[in-house]
Parts: sequence; structure tokens; C-alpha cells
Amino acid sequence: MNMIQALNSAMDVLLDKNPDIVIFGEDTGYFGGVFRTTDGLQKKYGVDRVFDTPINEGAIAAMAIGMSAKGLKPIAEIQFADYIFPAFDQIVSEMSRIRYRSAGQFTTGCVVRAPWGGGIRGGQTHSMSPEAFFTHIPGVKVAIPSNPHDAKGMLIAAAEGNDPVIFFEPKRIYNGPFDGVPDAPLKSWAKHPKGEVPDGHYTVELGKADVTREGSACTVVTYGTLVHVAEAAAEKSSIDAEIIDLRTLTPYDIETIAASVNKTGRVVVAHEAPRTSGFGAELAAQIQEECFYALEAPIYRLTGWDTPYPHAHEWAYFPIQSRFIRALETVTEAV
Amino acid sequence: MSTGQSRFHVPAPPFRPGDEPDFSSVLDLPKAGEAKRPDPLVKGWDTQELALGLVGVLDHNHQAVGEWNPKLSPEVLREGLSHMVLTRIYDERMLKLQRQGKMSFYMKSTGEEAVAVAGAMALRKDDMVFPSYRQQGVLFARGRNIVDMMCHCISNSRDNLKGRQLPVHYTWAEGNFFTISGNLGTQFPQAVGYAMGCAYKGEDTIAASWIGDGTTAEGDFHSALTLASTYRAPVILNVVNNQWAISTWQGIAVGDAPSFAAKGLGYGLASIRVDGMDFLAVHAATQWAAQRARKGGGATLIEMFAYRGDAHSTSDDPTKYRPKQEYAAWPLGDPIERLKQHLIGLGEWDEDRHAKLEEEMTHLVVRAYKEAESHGTLHDGPLSPTHTIFEDVYETDDWRLRRQRQDLGV
Repeated sequence: MNMIQALNSAMDVLLDKNPDIVIFGEDTGYFGGVFRTTDGLQKKYGVDRVFDTPINEGAIAAMAIGMSAKGLKPIAEIQFADYIFPAFDQIVSEMSRIRYRSAGQFTTGCVVRAPWGGGIRGGQTHSMSPEAFFTHIPGVKVAIPSNPHDAKGMLIAAAEGNDPVIFFEPKRIYNGPFDGVPDAPLKSWAKHPKGEVPDGHYTVELGKADVTREGSACTVVTYGTLVHVAEAAAEKSSIDAEIIDLRTLTPYDIETIAASVNKTGRVVVAHEAPRTSGFGAELAAQIQEECFYALEAPIYRLTGWDTPYPHAHEWAYFPIQSRFIRALETVTEAV
Repeated sequence: MSTGQSRFHVPAPPFRPGDEPDFSSVLDLPKAGEAKRPDPLVKGWDTQELALGLVGVLDHNHQAVGEWNPKLSPEVLREGLSHMVLTRIYDERMLKLQRQGKMSFYMKSTGEEAVAVAGAMALRKDDMVFPSYRQQGVLFARGRNIVDMMCHCISNSRDNLKGRQLPVHYTWAEGNFFTISGNLGTQFPQAVGYAMGCAYKGEDTIAASWIGDGTTAEGDFHSALTLASTYRAPVILNVVNNQWAISTWQGIAVGDAPSFAAKGLGYGLASIRVDGMDFLAVHAATQWAAQRARKGGGATLIEMFAYRGDAHSTSDDPTKYRPKQEYAAWPLGDPIERLKQHLIGLGEWDEDRHAKLEEEMTHLVVRAYKEAESHGTLHDGPLSPTHTIFEDVYETDDWRLRRQRQDLGV
């Protein structure tokens, strides 16, 4: 399966298993979503389970909150992560805090899905990686899968949990992994081991990172599309990097990160989002606290620039393979 | 009015401090009993007259008149009066306690007791309410324990919110009273989502929400009305037009629209403006809207036309922006006084009984506070154990919260 099929399969499994699951968003119903992630689900489960909403992200989030209070399990879709901001108040002030402010009397176990990240010539409003806005909110979890297998298992885990989860889907790798070379031919998930996705129910626990490549020269902590760019950079550069796919950003898997850094002594943290106050800053700070005596070089932050996401100069912005190789070289050469 | 040229326009209230408020020159309100009462399943668009008019039942002689008279029994009327009197006495007592430094903050609902009490009494107790911070009357109408309410306000060891929320931000799941948020208007579209959930589950429970006139300017007002209309959700959306959003006159929010209720028409919602100082009218309109919602007719927008009789909060001084005597000059009077006179007119009440009721309620509130205080106060404790600040962020604490709790040493 590709990632779209895997997400579709996850929602199919969830709808089939639990009558309280409802799925909605802009174009998610009859049409099956602008990325086809909900294709066929309305036909199979009916319009009251999978339906279209007005174009109002705040309303979509509020609806999810209200339905959660009634005991439903909503999976809401925001068409692009770039358009989640009208829902920001409902997420920050409400969804994240309802359990806390009501001392557990009301909960909001819902999922907000949104296609995320760049690398698709999306320009300013179809490329953003706004995860750091959400990792700063106590009370919501943030998850970002990097492959079809995890996407399905994590989405099922998110929907079956009782906490709100912001679930970002790297749209650059919906159809196949991306090694960070802009003009390289498209690859398919068919040949990737994580493209193998069981048909039925399974979960990938939130809060657990995945070491996708073992190595000894340095640790790369990343997530989403850049997991694949990191892997390709390690192969290409012959730098024996250990690559950690974080998968869940809050709460992140500090144990896996610390074990790796204590072994390698060198770290690259990488994300597409801008550098200042990006999630990489949290990772670098925590690694520094946790592994200070093991560090043999400054922690390297490979990120998007502190600019809005550009259109024409996309590949000067995106942490492409060549920049990744330079990051690995810098961090392993540094004394 | 056109002056032949565009001019920047900022609405201003009719009266400012120092003015003699006289609403006869600015409000042209229909008489009680004039409004027609259509079938609750009427098309939303066919409620224009109700949206532009004013549903009133109690006339200036305190008699119940017209098609909207809900014909409530004297027992129900006395119960309503009792909840309203309790609400007012509770508010006054809590204000005093705030002034004595026993609480950090308080918000009264003077003048708006009928909106909350009659609204709640016209609903079923299994209907979920999504209130703002000024519908404490709903809690009394639903039988919330007063000691528990006070324990929340003084954030003590028995506060059911563990001291996490400002006073008056009540939550009571058992009473189907949703958790109050400080962020204005957020509950309005949430109530619609909840109501959609009721319909999804095939239940005949509904949701009701209240926001103020000022909050209608928030995007969530539009969100709620859009969702309610699109999904024909079984919800009652109340706008309590108490004329004031802190210092801001309602004209700043309503603009050139003829009423807040009129705004519902554009969404195709049944829309009614109601005399919010009239217990019977509020009850009747809520009952009508509830029936409409339960029978599949969809949502109703109700503007409760009222007046905020006191300061916005304990942090506010209204004499800085409106005449002191404005509430006394308010043409729709006071909800408690009007229901009281109505009951007296029916021969079902008298001044002695009323004085006795007030005395009883005062005693109840004073006694409740003594008991509440025995569970601690914000200043002197005991509070909820400090470690509880780390609980309920998520269903299960993760390593970050566990470490931070250790850092704090609790």
C-alpha cells in the first residue's frame, strides 16, 4: 500500500470496528478527499459516518470537540496543515485543555488529520510544517508518520486513545519515499519494506520512536519526509549515521534518543520547518541536558530557513540530500 | 443616513455617565402578547416577525397575555422565583466575599436570572448545556449543590476542578453542564457538535448554549450558525443581549442589524427575540425551540433581550462608561420583581412569603459558605494537593510530566 491507501485502510478498520467513529472535513465525504485518503468510505459506511463540512476549520475542530463530549470518536480532516490556523483557538484553548480544566469530567479523544510538509511545489500555503506550534500545547499529542505501515498503525492508535492527537501526514511521501534529490524519478512504496501493510487491525504505539538505520558515527533525529532523505544521505556519504524516526513529537521518545546519542556522541536534528523555535530547538536542548557528557560535537540543526516557504526557490529552502550530507560531514568532522 | 460622502462611523451608546437615561426615545419595543406563536416546525425563514419583534408574555400589569403564555402552574412559577432569588442572593454574597479578599474574582448575573433559570427549567435535565460565565442560574435550576459551587470559587480542597480554573468557571458533568471556558464563544459551535452527536445517536436529547451580545462578533458565532443550519442540529443558540460587553455598548457588535436575532435569518435558522426579563417568555421560547429541535426541525437562535444590571466583573467599574441609574431606567424592568408581581397578582404569593424566601435563601447561602470554608480557602488552604497540577493533562502522564513533578518535589 502507499500511504494514502494505508490511511484509508486505517479509517476503514476504525469505522468498521467502532460505531462511534465519524470522519469529516472539507471534501472528505462524497468526493473522498482531495488526496483520496477517504475514498470510498462514505459509500461503504454512509453519509452520517463520513461527511463533508463547510469550509471553516474552526468549526471543524469545534464540532470534533462537541462530538467527543457526546461520546463519539471524531476523526477530523484539515485539508492542508497550512490551513489549521483558523482552528488554532479551538485546539489550543479548548481541545487540549478540556480534560484538564474539567478535572477529567469531559475529554476530547479525537484526531485532527492534516496533510503536511513541503517538497511538492506547494508554495507558502501548501508546504508548511507547523508542528512546533502544536508541540508547545500541553494536552495534545503530535504524531507524524514517515511510511505507510506506521501511518496506518499510528492513526488507529491515535483514534483509539483518549487524548486529542494532531496527526500530520507528509504529503510529499503519500505516493512513495523521497530521497531528497529534487529531480530524481518518483519511487513507489511497493519496493519499500514499510510499504507492506496488513489489511486488518494493528497499532503502532504513540510515543515510541523507530531506529530506521543503525549506525555509530552520529545520530540523526528527524521525522516525516526527512527520514528518507537522511537514510539516502547516510548511504550516499558513507557516514555511518544512526537514524531515529521520531514518529511522535509529543510526547517524544527520549529514551531511544538518549541511548543513541550516548553511543554516537554526535547529533543532527532535522526538520523542514523554520529553525527559530522549531521542534529541533526542543530536541537539541533536551539532548544537551540529557547527554552532555557524551557529546563530542555541537548539536547540528538542519532545518528550513527562517522565511516563509518559497515557491520558485523551493529546493534552496528544503533540507535536500546534499545539505543533509553536509550536515552529516560537519557533525562527524567537528572536534 | 447618507451624507453624500463616505464617513468613518463608530456607533455610540445612547447614554454616557452624567446623562439621564430615557429609553422611551431610543427603544421601540412591541407590547407583550403581540407576537404570534407559530408551529415549532415552521420554516426558519418564516420567523422574520419573531426575529424583528419581541416575544413577551408579562404585560406592564404583570398579567400573562398572548399566544406565548406557557401556562405554567403556580408551583413551577414559585420554583422559578425561588431559583432566581437564590441566584441573586448567592451573587451578592459572593461579591461581598470577593471584596473581603476571600476569592480572587467573581461575576454576577444581576438582571439576567430569568434567562438562565427559565431557560434551564424549560429544558430536560439530560439536555447538555454549554453556558458562558453568566448563567449560574442554570446550576441552581438543575439542583447543583451550593457548597460545591462555592468550593470551586474559593479553589479549596473540595473544588471539583482542583483549583485549576478561575472562579465562576464551573463544570458539572453529572448535571450535564459543560466545562466553562474563558475563551469567548468557543462553546457555541461545540454545542452544535454535541447536538449533532445526539442526532447521530438517535437520541432526543438536545444541546443549548449561551453567549453574550459582544461575543456574537467572534468567528465562532458564524461557525455555530453555519454548522447548525447545515446539519439541522438539535440545538438552541442563545444570545444574551444584556446591552454591554464590558464597557462596549451592544451597537458595537450588532452594527446596523435590526436585532441579534435577525442575524439568524440569513442562515435560515428559526430566530426569535425574547424579553429576557420575562420569566414566562424565556420559558416559552426555550420550550418552543426545544420542541422544534427534538422533532427534527433543527436549531433556533434566540436573542434574550436583557440588561446587565451590575458590573461586568469584580474587576470592572461601570460608572466609568454608563449612567449609574441606567438599570433602574431599563423599560423591561427586573426579572425577579416582574415574576413576583405576577404571582402576587395570581394570589399565589405575597410580600411576607417573599421576604421569608429571601431570608431563607440568605441563611442557606451563609450556611453554605461556612461549610465551604471548612474545606479551605484560596489564601489559607487547604487546596488540592500540589501534585495534581500535573494530572489530567493527558489520560496518562508521560515522562515529561513525571520529571517535572519530581523537579517541583511534589
